[in-house]
Amino acid sequence: MSRDEATRADVCALAIAECFRGDGEIMVSAMGTSPSLGARLAKSTFEPDLLMTDGFNLLLRKPLPLGVAPSDHDVEGWMPFGTVFETLWWGRRHVMMGASQIDRFGNQNIACIGRWEQPKAQLLGVRGAPGNTINHVTSYWVPNHNARALVAKVDMVSGVGYDRAAALGPETSRFHEIRRVVSNLGVFDFNTPDHRMRVVSLHPGVELQQVIDNTGFELAVPDGLDTTPVPTPEQLGILRELDPQGYAQKEVAT
Amino acid sequence: MTVEEAVAEVTDGMTIGIGGWGSRRKPMALVRALVRRGVRDLTVVSYGGPDIGILCATGQLKKAVYGFVSLDSIPLEPHFRKARQNGALEAVELDEGMFLLGLRAAAQRLPFLPTRAGLGSDVLKINPHLKTVKSPYEDGEELVAVPALNVDVAFIHMNRADASGNGQTLGRDPYFDNLFCMAAKKAYMSCEKIVSTDELVNGGPLQSLLINRMMVSGVVEAPGGAHFTECHPDYPRDEKLQREYAATAKDENAWKAFRAKYLDVTEADYQNAVSP
Repeated sequence: MSRDEATRADVCALAIAECFRGDGEIMVSAMGTSPSLGARLAKSTFEPDLLMTDGFNLLLRKPLPLGVAPSDHDVEGWMPFGTVFETLWWGRRHVMMGASQIDRFGNQNIACIGRWEQPKAQLLGVRGAPGNTINHVTSYWVPNHNARALVAKVDMVSGVGYDRAAALGPETSRFHEIRRVVSNLGVFDFNTPDHRMRVVSLHPGVELQQVIDNTGFELAVPDGLDTTPVPTPEQLGILRELDPQGYAQKEVAT
Repeated sequence: MTVEEAVAEVTDGMTIGIGGWGSRRKPMALVRALVRRGVRDLTVVSYGGPDIGILCATGQLKKAVYGFVSLDSIPLEPHFRKARQNGALEAVELDEGMFLLGLRAAAQRLPFLPTRAGLGSDVLKINPHLKTVKSPYEDGEELVAVPALNVDVAFIHMNRADASGNGQTLGRDPYFDNLFCMAAKKAYMSCEKIVSTDELVNGGPLQSLLINRMMVSGVVEAPGGAHFTECHPDYPRDEKLQREYAATAKDENAWKAFRAKYLDVTEADYQNAVSP
C-alpha cells in the first residue's frame, strides 16, 4: 500500500470521521472496520475529546491501530455493557452501525431478510438499533452500495427513520437524528424538507448515474454536487498508522 | 453439587434464563447438562449465543427471547438461523436495552419498566404483546412498557465462588448475571473453581463479587464450564471448536458426530475431549 496515494477506502474513512465533527465529549461506538478506522481518525485529529472503547469495555486515552490490544497505560475508563446502556439512554453517544437494508428515510434493517415470522435469512436481530436511534445520534456505513442494500422498503425496521420518528410526534422524537450515511460510493444525509435521503458528495471517480443505478429509491440530488474530500498527506499518514494491516482496504468495494 | 443436580428441577415447558453475553462466559456445562437431561419445549431468555443455538439444534427449544443471537467472532449463530428460517422456533425479539429493562423489572418484581426504546421500530409490530404507557406527569410522553422477563430457573457461570454461593467475576464485564438470578424463582451458578471465602474476597476487588449467596440455590464447580465460549481471564474462546460447532449447521451428519462426541457424553468426558 502506497503511503502517499489515497484509495477509495481512505476517502471513506475520512468521510466517516467527518460524521463525528463537532461531537465533542461524547462516546462514539463504531461498528465494523471502516467505522472504527474513521472514528479513530476523528479522535486523532479534530475531535480529541471523543470517548472510544477498545471494542469491548475499556475506554482508551488515544486511538490504537486496528487489531492492536490495549495495555494498561492506554486505558482511561471502564465501559461494560451495563454502562453502555446507561450512556445511550443518557444520549451522550453517536453510533455508526451497518445496515443490511436502509430506505430513503433512514429506516434500517439488520434483523432479517423476508418475513420476520419465518425469514428467508435470519441476520443479527434488532440488537440495539431501536434504542440507539430513538435516543441519540446515529450514522450508517454501507460498504457495498447497491439496490439490495438501499431499498424502497426495508423488510423489518430495526433502526428508526425520519418518517417513523415524525409519526411519533416532536416530543417522543426529540432525540432522533440520523446524521449521515457513508457508502463506498458517496456521502448522504437527510437535510431535505421531508428528510428524504440526499446526496451530499460523490467519492472521486464515482458518477451520479452509478449511484442512481445502485439505489432502490429516488435520491434528492442538489445542484452542484461536491466531491468527497480526499485525505491530506498528513491524514493519510495517520490512516496508515491506524490501519497498518490494511483491513479497511479489504472491506471497501470500489 | 454436580451439573446434573443443578439441572434436576428443570422440567418440560419451563422458562430458563441463561447468563453471559453472546459467546462470552456462558454456563455451557449446565447447557450440556440440559441436553443430557433431554427436557423439551423450553423457553430460553438470553443475550443469546451457542446456548440458544445448541438447544435449537437438539430440538429442545420451543421459544427464544433475545435481543440478538451471535457467536461474536462468527456474527450469525448458524443453528439459531436455521431454526428461524425453518419456522421451527417461536421468537420474542427485543431491543438489547429493552431486554435489560425486562430483566430489571423481573428482578424488582415490577410488571414493567418504561423506555423510549422500541418506539417507531418494528419491535412493537412483531411483538403484539408489547404495550405502551403514558407518563402520568405533565409531559404525558408515550413510552414502551417493557414487561418483566420472569424466568423459572436461571443458570450463570462465574470465575470463582465459595461453597455457600458467593460468586466472583474476574473478567472485565459482569454482564447481567445478577439480574438473571433475581429474575428467577431459582438460580444455579457454576464456576471455574470453588475457593474458601477468604480466598474469594482476596482474589479480586470487592466489586468483582457480583453474586451473593441469597441469589443462588446451588453452586457447581465446573472447570472449563464456559467452554467453548470465553471465560476471561481463565481462558479465551476456543475459536477452533466454535468453528467446528458452527459448521455442523450445514451438515446433519457432522451435527450428529458433534453431538455424539461433545454433548451426549459426561461433562468429564467433554473436558477430556477438548483438552489440548
